[in-house]
Amino acid sequence: MSDIKKFMYLNRRAPYGTIYAWESLEVVLIGAAFDQEVSLMFMDDGVFQLVKGSDTSESDMKNFMPTYRTLGDYGVRHLYVDKASLEARGLTADDLIEVAWEDFETEEEVDNIVEAVDADQVVQLMAESEVVFSF
Amino acid sequence: MPIEVDGKTLETDEEGYLANINEWVPGVANVMAAEDELELTDEHWDIINFLREYYEEYQIAPAVRVLTKAVGKKLGKDKGNSKYLYGLFPYGPGKQACRYAGLPKPTGCV
Repeated sequence: MSDIKKFMYLNRRAPYGTIYAWESLEVVLIGAAFDQEVSLMFMDDGVFQLVKGSDTSESDMKNFMPTYRTLGDYGVRHLYVDKASLEARGLTADDLIEVAWEDFETEEEVDNIVEAVDADQVVQLMAESEVVFSF
Repeated sequence: MPIEVDGKTLETDEEGYLANINEWVPGVANVMAAEDELELTDEHWDIINFLREYYEEYQIAPAVRVLTKAVGKKLGKDKGNSKYLYGLFPYGPGKQACRYAGLPKPTGCV
């Protein structure tokens, strides 16, 4: 496919209680087959999707937190997290999981593609994206 | 259709995937392979074991191209290509190997 577009998946809801977070993740995983430039943005309660140490054993929901850690293998280049949303919930970047990225051909590696960004960057990153999916 | 493994009856879904991943034992792969008239070699087991480790770590079955890349990294470049994987699993490395490994069908696989 020659026409590469910048895709952004915007995640604004808590991971459990609704199906949005899991549906978003599935779309990202399926969409990865199409070789687009993909980034994810987490805002509002969506930041909870990346908080370390989630445990769903008391609920009937599958714990899909480990799945985010494979996104680098699916060609996702950035997981942006809105700093203001973190602060409003008493969280910092240290509370979030780390996701590694590696290019198998060039062996270029990035230890962690999760990045907290401020409001100006959020606006800019969204403006730069050609397609934004909101969940 | 349920399958018989080591004297136990295990439920599968309409496409033959194990209903409960926790019920998997190596015998599952052998029984499923026998139904497909396929004899499992060490090379098959490398892939089945890899898939189970991947699932354990990430809680999903990998897409075929992720599987291909990761196998190449882990088991050597000569094995990290679809020709090699289709040679082992003619019905598709994603679908067939995941089924033998007791995993659900890979996300996005039709």
